[in-house]
Parts: sequence; C-alpha cells; structure tokens
Amino acid sequence: MKLKNCMKKTNQRKKRNWYLTAGLFMTGLILFLAILGVFWTPYDTTAMSAGEKFAAPSFRHLFGTDNFGRDIFSRVMQGIGTTAFISSLVVLCAGGAGICIGAVTGYFGGFLDEAIMRITDAVNGFPSILLTLVIVSVLGGGIRNLILSLSIVFMPSFIRIVRSEFIKFRDADYIVRARLMGTGTVRILFIHILPNIFSTFLVSVTIGLNNAILAESGMSYLGIGVQPPTASLGKMLSDAQGYLTSAPWYALAPGLTIVWIVLGFSLLSEGIRSRAQ
Amino acid sequence: MKKRLISLLLMAVLTMTALSGCGTDSTSESSGDKSSKEEQSSNEPTYGGSVVVGIQQDIDSLDPHKATAAGTKEILFNIFEGLLKADENGNLMKAVAENYTISEDGLVYTFTLRDGVMFHNGNKVTAEDVKYSLERVSGILDGTPLISTLSTIKSVDILDEKTVQVTVENANPELIYSFTAAVIPAGSGEDAQAQPIGTGPFSFVSYTPQEGILVKKNESYWQEGLPYLDEVNFKIVNGSDAALLALKGGSIDIYPYLTDSQAEELKDSFQVIYAPSNVVQALFLNNAKEPLNDVKVRQAICYALDKDSVNDFVSGGNGTMIGSAMLPTLKDFYVDVEDTYGTSANLDKAKELLADAGYADGFDLEITVPSNYAFHVETTEVVAQQLEEAGIHVTINSVEWGTWLDDCYNGRNYEATICGITSDMTPGYLLNRFESESSKNFINFNSAEYDATYEAAGNCLTLEEKAEYYKKLQEILYDDAGSAFIQVPPLTIAMNNELAGYKFYPVYVQDMSTVYFVTQQ
Repeated sequence: MKLKNCMKKTNQRKKRNWYLTAGLFMTGLILFLAILGVFWTPYDTTAMSAGEKFAAPSFRHLFGTDNFGRDIFSRVMQGIGTTAFISSLVVLCAGGAGICIGAVTGYFGGFLDEAIMRITDAVNGFPSILLTLVIVSVLGGGIRNLILSLSIVFMPSFIRIVRSEFIKFRDADYIVRARLMGTGTVRILFIHILPNIFSTFLVSVTIGLNNAILAESGMSYLGIGVQPPTASLGKMLSDAQGYLTSAPWYALAPGLTIVWIVLGFSLLSEGIRSRAQ
Repeated sequence: MKKRLISLLLMAVLTMTALSGCGTDSTSESSGDKSSKEEQSSNEPTYGGSVVVGIQQDIDSLDPHKATAAGTKEILFNIFEGLLKADENGNLMKAVAENYTISEDGLVYTFTLRDGVMFHNGNKVTAEDVKYSLERVSGILDGTPLISTLSTIKSVDILDEKTVQVTVENANPELIYSFTAAVIPAGSGEDAQAQPIGTGPFSFVSYTPQEGILVKKNESYWQEGLPYLDEVNFKIVNGSDAALLALKGGSIDIYPYLTDSQAEELKDSFQVIYAPSNVVQALFLNNAKEPLNDVKVRQAICYALDKDSVNDFVSGGNGTMIGSAMLPTLKDFYVDVEDTYGTSANLDKAKELLADAGYADGFDLEITVPSNYAFHVETTEVVAQQLEEAGIHVTINSVEWGTWLDDCYNGRNYEATICGITSDMTPGYLLNRFESESSKNFINFNSAEYDATYEAAGNCLTLEEKAEYYKKLQEILYDDAGSAFIQVPPLTIAMNNELAGYKFYPVYVQDMSTVYFVTQQ
C-alpha cells in the first residue's frame, strides 16, 4: 500500500515536471523568437517582391510568402513581438490595477467592496469582444486605445482573484498581530500579504496572458488596433482568409503560432499551479 | 489533469479554426434550375433557361427615379429604359425614342417615339407617359427633382402623339446623357416601389428584401430576338468569400466582383472575364496641406510611384493604368496624357524634386485609407513601400468608412488617401470635382488654368468641342500632379461555362438581355 502511494507520488511529480518543462520550453522559444525579431529577421518584414508572391514553404522561406511576396516567417517573428508587447502591457495594466483594487476591497470589505464587486459584475456581464469594440469605437483605434480597452476588460478577473486571496489572509493570526503592533496598512497589504498570494497570482497572470493574446489576435483580426504594414498574428490571419485554399500556409503559420503560444502558456500555468501545491 | 490537457488542446485547435474560418460560412444550397448537361461545342445562342446572378448588396429602391445605389442601378437596367440607353461602347443608343433633334441653341430637345414599344403591363408607350416621367424626375410635378441634372428642364410639351418636345433653361450638350432616365407609365410613380413597370428586356416578378429580385422575360420587347433567357434571379451574396463558395456549389452562375486570387481559383471551372470598372483609383493628395501644397513634392510622389507593380500586386496585372481623372472607356473624351512620370518608379527624379523643394531628407506622410475596402488597403501597403524608397516616410491609418467620409471626404482633414471615385456615363462627371470651388473637390486642387478651362468647356454647344477642353483638363490635372492617379481597377467576373454573350459597359450594368446558354436546355 505504502509503496503504491509512493509510486503514485513520484508519478505525479514526474507529470508536474513535464508540464513545467514543456511550458517553459514552448514559451521560451516564443520569447526568444520575439526578442530576436526586434533585432533581426531573416528578411525585411515589409520588403515586397512580385516575383515571389505565394511561394510555398521551403528552406528559402520557412513558412512561405504572402500575397505581397513578403517572408511569412519574418512577419510571424515580428507578429509575435507585436502581439506579446500588447498582451503583456494589457496584463501589466490589468494586473497592476487588479492588485491595488483587489487588495483594498479584499482587506477592508464593507460598502466599497460591495460597490466595486457589483461594478466588476457589470463589466463581466458584457461579452468581452463586444465591450472592447464599444470602447475602441468610442476612443478611436490604434494600439494605445486597444491596450486601454483590453485592460479594462481584463481587470475584473484580476480584482476577483486578488480580493479572494486577501480575504483569506486578512484575519490570519500574523496579520492580526502585525495590526496590533501598529504596522501601517500599506505595509500589511503589500509586504505581509502580497508575497503569499504570489503563486496564485502568477497562475492568473499566465492565464491572463493567454486570453490577452487571443483577444489581441481577435481584435486585429477584426481590423482594430495594429495598423498595416506592421505584422500582428491576428492581422495576418485576417489577411490570409481570402487565400485559404490557394495559399493555406499563409493562414496556417500565424494560426499555429497562436496555438503554440496559447498551449505554451497553458502548460506553464498548469506547471506553476501543481508546483505550488 | 489529462482531461484538462485534452480540453486545452481542443480549445486551442477550435480557436484556430474559428479564427481562420470566420466569414466563410455560407449558404451553399443546391440550385434546382441549373442545367446539368455536359458542355457541347456548339456556340449557337439558345433561347430559354434561367440564371442566378450574385449581387453584393440589397436594393435601395425599386423606383428607377429614386434609386441611387450603383448596385441597384445595375439591376434596374434590365427592367427600365429611358428615351435613350447606354450601349457597350459608351455611346447612347435610341431606346424608347426612335429619333431626336437638338435645336441650334441647345435649348430644345425634340424626341420622336419608337413605334410598338410596350410596357410590361401590356400598354403601349405614349407621349403622355414620357411627359409624366420627365416631369416627375425634373421636379415639375411636385417641386423636388429626383435626378438633379434634369432639374434644368423648363417644360415638356406633347407636339403630337409620337413627338415630345423638351425645353431646358441652360444649354449643356452633356444633358443628353441624362435622358437615359427611365420611362414609366403615366401616374405610376407612387406604385413603382411595389410594382415597377418599365419597357426593359425583363419584367419584374418579385422582390424579397435581403434575398434578391426575380425578373422574367419580356415577351414583347422591342428589340427583335432579345432577351434569350426566360428568367434571371439576382441573389444577394454576403461577401466575396460566400460568393466563391456559392459559385463552386453551383448556386450562382455569374458573379462580377471577384478578387484576383479568387479568380485564379475559379479559372478551371468557370469563364473568368476581366473588364475595366468605372472606378478611378488614386493616391489623392490634399493640395492644401504642407508639404503637399508644393507642386514639386506632388510630382515627386508621382515619380516615386511604381504603378506597374501596384497593378501586379493588387490587380493581377489586369488594371488599366491612368494618369488623370477620366475612364479610358469613355473613348471620345479620354486623352492618353503624355507619360512624364512613367508607370514605373523613377527614384532619382523623385529625390531630385524633393531636394529642390527643400525636403532632401524626405518627410512624413500619413495615408488614410477606408478599412472596408481591402483592395485599397492592399494598394496602400504597396504604395507605402514604394514611397519609402524615395525617402518619404509613410504611416498608414486605416479607418472606418464613416470616419473616412467625415474626416477625409467631407472634412478634408487628411494628408493623403487612397480610394476610388466612381464615374457615370457623363464625361464631365469626374472632372467637375477638381474645379477649385466645387463642393466635391476634396483634394483642394486649385488651378486658375483648370477653372478657366472648365468654364470654357461649360460654354460649348457641342460634345466634340467639349471633348477638346476635357482633354486639356486632364492634362492640367496631370501636369500639376493634383493627385497621383493610379489605375482603373479591373472588374473580375466569373461566369458559368455554359453561358455566353455577356457584354461590358463603360459604366457597370448587368445587362442580362444578351446572355444566353450555349447548350440546349
């Protein structure tokens, strides 16, 4: 019996490691490509060549070329960068605001907590794409407004997670003692409680990143946000849709890249979660 | 855990398919009325059969005098005719009128009606009907002109049962193009929306909003032997992706607005025909904005433009290069402007001119483009790249159609924009917008010579004289580089292999009267 339990445990550990390793590998590769893409791409991302329109994938053009004869691999590299830039800023803004608001509402509770929670409920009530569309159409297009509107859409989930964690800790013995010792509220919030929720928060950050990447792609797909000729994965997908049958690699390259990124971050968050337990 | 991983994978794959599959969901129902017979070698026209034509948008009005959308007019062309009618060479042919004369001073038009022209309701067309129709469109009936060019009509008089005399206020030889306005039965204006009655080759059967319009053969059509088809169904197709599927599935037989790559795909199973459209595409430059107010800068842009490669990239090599604002299909009025700027890039000359103008290091240019026109957006990407090579740093700002109309077209608050302006059959239609005072002059073109020439053209009494001035106007516009005119984009039409007889018009209409099946039904 004991042996069986033991084996189960080691098996579980192995599985956990596998999630984390695969996640780290996949996201690492993507990050590497994105950072590399800032400094160097195999071809100029905007250089057009009439002679090489719709070239199929080959060693010369790893992912083939698009309707302007541009190298798709280079554009995917740039696209990952654009997408990653937008989604990390979104998570940074939404996460940052989420920590501040969530910490205050979770720790103090009361009327403020109630009011903010109802507001987040209201925001959550809207389909996220619709809400983003509304905000973007009111504020106007462009990357900055896209980031702003996605941040607003993503904020509620961060607030909720942080809030529930803070509620868990606010009556813990060591917090009560700290309070009795006269420690400042800000110090309690951010020095005593915050580090404890780090692992939970990290998981929600990776999930948030995932969703932000999908949302950015979706928005660019709808023609909002990134302006041509800058590449973004969603924009590439939408440009490719007219050539699905004649040049399938054009849609497959950014599509599979999105799958890869999303899968990578999902594995990573799964790995972090199991490790924390 | 395993379950979660699988669901994650599934979700990722689903997202991908959802993202890439968006917009291609279409109704590809099978068509019951399509001949399934093998194609034969015979090219003899046969009578009968029915055809489904894909159209892009819903009809704005079935009243021929009130319809304004180009997509509606192209269909109503089959149901209604005016005293005169456009033919495929850009000329006017006589339809309801058998003959006409214009007085020396250009103020009196006398039309003789053709014998035996019947309305779809079986009544003969009388002078009374013509008078009613002209009075209705010119606003004599109720004070609101329905076709603005015809508001110059002072009176319509019936001389005898076959002759109608029209008196106008101002002489204008171009007015004759406006007599293509539909002739409808006297007093039927109010009912035109519900039951349109005309004299065209096809008569109206039914209209279902958001689905389409069905017409059937006019048995007593005045042109001997036309039309060939028994029935034509104009069916609304949402977007060109849906149209592609519908063509492949056989639910539509003719579709005229394909993209280049779609045409490539259909080449084996359909006849693909290219024709010049009635759109003039240009990189419009706001002549009032720094530094584009300098003619040298505008000329530099013209030199830097590589129209040939634009044509290659976005029109599949089927566009018609132009230098000025006139459709080459309006042959009598078009002038092949002297090729100063060339159709390929001349970067040395461009840089030289920029240096002359004081922009040796180039400058920043924002090109605004309406995002709903993929064609213009693609062109913009290519043009941006080309201008970049001449040292002009381009940022692209793709905006919604409404925003474009407000900011660019009406507000004139932009630097440069790529879009198309459409022309009708009136030759001066495209040229009048570049007169400095014109409300349509959204590029703020300002040339005293142009204004003077335009005014002189307005005083001409014959079309031949007018043509000379119009050619001069095109040259001024080109030499002053009012804008960088690019091309007349091609219209790409796919047609069922069993059909033939499709005719092209300089102004796009879907003339179904000459279309026929080459095989026996």
